[in-house]
Amino acid sequence: MQQGPKEKLEYKRITQKHLPKRPVFSNSVRAFLVGGAICLLGQFVQKFFIHFFDFDQKSAGNPTVAVMVFLSVLLTGFGVYDRIGQWAGAGSAVPVTGFANAMASAAIEHRSEGIVLGVGGQMFKVAGPVIVFGVVSAFVIALVKQIIKMVI
Amino acid sequence: MGLIGKQTWEFASQPVLISTGTVVGPKEGQGPLGHDFDMVHQDSYLGQGSWEKAERRLMEEACETALSKAHLKADQIDIFYAGDLLNQIVTSGFAARTLATPFIGLFGACSTSMESLALAAMTVDAGYANYALASTASHHSTAERQFRYPTEYGGQKPLSAQCTVTGSGAAIVGKAGEGPRITHATIGQVVDLGVKSPFEMGPAMAPAAVDTIAQHLKDTGRKPEEYDLIVTGDLARIGHKIAAELLEQQAGLFLGDLFKDCGILIFDPDQEEVFSGGSGCACCAVVTYGHLLKRMERGELNRMLICATGALLSPLSTQQGESIPCVAHAVVIERGRWD
Repeated sequence: MQQGPKEKLEYKRITQKHLPKRPVFSNSVRAFLVGGAICLLGQFVQKFFIHFFDFDQKSAGNPTVAVMVFLSVLLTGFGVYDRIGQWAGAGSAVPVTGFANAMASAAIEHRSEGIVLGVGGQMFKVAGPVIVFGVVSAFVIALVKQIIKMVI
Repeated sequence: MGLIGKQTWEFASQPVLISTGTVVGPKEGQGPLGHDFDMVHQDSYLGQGSWEKAERRLMEEACETALSKAHLKADQIDIFYAGDLLNQIVTSGFAARTLATPFIGLFGACSTSMESLALAAMTVDAGYANYALASTASHHSTAERQFRYPTEYGGQKPLSAQCTVTGSGAAIVGKAGEGPRITHATIGQVVDLGVKSPFEMGPAMAPAAVDTIAQHLKDTGRKPEEYDLIVTGDLARIGHKIAAELLEQQAGLFLGDLFKDCGILIFDPDQEEVFSGGSGCACCAVVTYGHLLKRMERGELNRMLICATGALLSPLSTQQGESIPCVAHAVVIERGRWD
């Protein structure tokens, strides 16, 4: 079989014809619904902490995140979160629960290689880049803000 | 006899497929071919401590089943060809440790099922073995971990993704006896038409399957109608359609209903998270050794060409932006003489 650049280009055309289109619209709707539902739940949890405990709007954020992370890790352990993720896409990946799922799933997965090298060493395998680029981009944005402040 | 044409081996003695063993996980058991397998496990851990151990156990059980059906002991096996998808093909190595037979490990990704069967037939045909055992195994969770993400990770997979089959198939090839005969094998060339996404394995492998099938028909001088079935390993719904189109366009072959795919046969499209179909080393092995040979035994098929397809990628080569080289090996199985 000829495998030159011309054949590769032609083959790309054939595969594109057969590959199903990504359902962008329905994916967006699902992401909106599930992502929104997760945030709504978070809102209830936050209100709960403000009403029943001595928290204000700002400080209630910490226990709220902790509860959401806990729920996500629990659902990951029960093998439910990945099912939700397949349906919801970005809806369950973007909120803090998605981050918790990335950490917990890697930790569960590598338990068979031991606590230190398995769980400890592999836990950040999926979530690690999020932290790295989160910190780097935060630094760059802060720098830009500072420069703009100094100029104006 | 021997090498005919460019890439095809014709086996003069027509080695016999004496017995087979197929073991699968729960999802494959619930699929449309569930009743054709020798053993269906409800627990995908198989009571083992890790997914890797479970995969090893699958291969051991498939081999044990094939041996016991043929009333043979492991020490009567002269050579054991096996392969799987894990790094350093550990599943095969560990299963060979249990069986304690002379062993050659193979890696042809999902094409290993027919690669090992072709080699087993060749070894027996040439007189280097009385009994040769060929086996492949794969496990959904070990493949996920090795090639993709942790099993519980909530990432969304595209519709073109495939579901790795949990299972193992084993076949014993012997000099004489009752059962289907292996008459030819066509060893494929590596074909790469530039597909890079590991979620598009079917489209990546389709050209390799087309190349091997067309070459086989050319080498043997046969027409597609001389086969009752021409089956690909794990192209799944998208790749199989592309292969059918390529066969027509490039080789002028119209296969129609003769042309099937193990990745499509093994799962019901309505089953949860099977996407475009099954894949993995075990896919072609369990469908061929379980389902298709049973159909042949019932007299529904007289001659079939099984073309197992393999994507020779690694997670590293994907991350480094390389395209996916693919290979396909085909074996002809005939109903044969029933003495």
